[in-house]
Amino acid sequence: MNLHSSFTYRKVVDRSMAVVCAICFALAFIPLLSVLWLVVSKGAAGLSWSLFTEVPKPVGEEGGGIGNALVGTLYMVGLASLIGLPLGIGAGVYLAEKGDGAIGSGVRFMAEVLSGVPSIVIGIVAYALVVIPMGHFSAVAGAVALAIIMIPTLARATEELVRLVPAALREASLALGVPNWKTSLRVILRTALAGIVTACLLSVARAAGETAPLLFTSLNNQYWNLNPAQPTASLTVQIYNYAVSPYDDWHAKAWTAALVLLIVVGLLNIASRVLTRSRLKGAR
Amino acid sequence: MSSAPAIQTMPPDNPLSGALAPQPQLPLAPPGETPFKIDVQDLNVYFRANHAIRHVTLGVKPQTVLAVIGPSGCGKSTFIRALNRMHDLVPGARVEGKVFVDGKDLYARGVDPVLIRRRVGMVFQRPNPFPTMSIYENVAAGLTLNGIGGNHAEIVEHCLRQAALWDEVKDRLRHAGTSLSGGQQQRLCIARALAVEPEVLLMDEPASALDPIATAKIEELIHELKEKYTIVIVTHSMQQAARVSDNTAFFYLGELIEMGPTAQIFTNPRERRTEDYVTGKFG
Repeated sequence: MNLHSSFTYRKVVDRSMAVVCAICFALAFIPLLSVLWLVVSKGAAGLSWSLFTEVPKPVGEEGGGIGNALVGTLYMVGLASLIGLPLGIGAGVYLAEKGDGAIGSGVRFMAEVLSGVPSIVIGIVAYALVVIPMGHFSAVAGAVALAIIMIPTLARATEELVRLVPAALREASLALGVPNWKTSLRVILRTALAGIVTACLLSVARAAGETAPLLFTSLNNQYWNLNPAQPTASLTVQIYNYAVSPYDDWHAKAWTAALVLLIVVGLLNIASRVLTRSRLKGAR
Repeated sequence: MSSAPAIQTMPPDNPLSGALAPQPQLPLAPPGETPFKIDVQDLNVYFRANHAIRHVTLGVKPQTVLAVIGPSGCGKSTFIRALNRMHDLVPGARVEGKVFVDGKDLYARGVDPVLIRRRVGMVFQRPNPFPTMSIYENVAAGLTLNGIGGNHAEIVEHCLRQAALWDEVKDRLRHAGTSLSGGQQQRLCIARALAVEPEVLLMDEPASALDPIATAKIEELIHELKEKYTIVIVTHSMQQAARVSDNTAFFYLGELIEMGPTAQIFTNPRERRTEDYVTGKFG
């Protein structure tokens, strides 16, 4: 093969690989886009102010909203974050800093197993742990189920992000006479913070989209509720209930509720971008 | 360099003078024993079964520069990192022997490595500014991370001037430390090390990642800093050792082969292996 033909060959391979990658991207993107289009086109018509301010009305009655379900989702995801984020981040930092021993690999293995467990199983576990002892469904049971879903993935993500921080930064800090714990907290964790915030918001977004674990735990509620010991409505369960019902106006409401859920998750993702933007000029 | 700043004394209101002053409870060696700022006696470092530093004994007088030279893997960095207990972090590392700084043994029982590191500063091979901090915050990091609040503007300016970086960064102190060039970053790291007012400065190949101009600036800086600090510099460049140091120690396979005045090491070494190394027969 002379130089010229090998050059042509290289260019052909380069071009065709670029085309293959573009096709793969399109194939992956089309279903995503069609879901988005379907939800927007079927749900947008139902958007109104009363959707956010009213509770569901019985079938056949006009109007009614999903305000209680939206608040319930935010409330339970908030509770779950209070439990799940500190535990997940703490476990991740432990795994990264001290996790080279037997305990560490045990915890890491369990986290991996746990993150592969179907969410409905976690719902059953929360049912056994919280609902049965309490004697009834409750928001706190839902929050526990969501927290259990958040912890393992968040722990592993935090571990990876903390491990990505160059050891040179730890050495630089220690060489300034900064104690070990302060170095971990104010240099290592601070450097990894942008990634950890993103990981937190992604796990929050995932928890907000879970249905199965809430079916056994928080169940549903036709009215506003902020009492952690009472059953609570959530967008996902509301969507499920509306979708499996035989009524057309409930189907329409399911689409609108799905759109609201998509917007909530989208806002969380945008928030993570804004929060983690560097405040420093010239930062790379 | 446009303006080589003279060494100034620290501003009198430096909060460090009280907070990070040498701790009196460090065990004291019998006074008046050595003229050395750093006195290393029979130092051995092991990484598990690997005996990396073997029976090194040497002394560094105050306000002098000691260059540590030797081929790759001879233990230069391992040696210098033993002088502020950086090996404490390495799993499986073990240090035996004594390292006296001002007559106090760093490895004596009950000595807190954190307090040692405040007196024995270190500059690393690769510039490692904190990426989440601005230039200003990087210099002040040793103060703020150690819980000393308040306005550090004066100290920051003073240290940046000492590190010959002030004129280049004074208009962008709020920019990211990582936005600087490699050579500027290294001088930033030197300024950061100076801000905690160490007495000893350890430099582990501080110019190995830099271009010749930045290297010249760092070397000029070492000359200036020598008036105030005791400096140990590891270098793989024999020219650099010859330019910046008063004394030179040649390490080979973890042993100190020879130490003496720099001029003598390079012109008239006692040991055959030293001569072979400095004349480029191996390395």
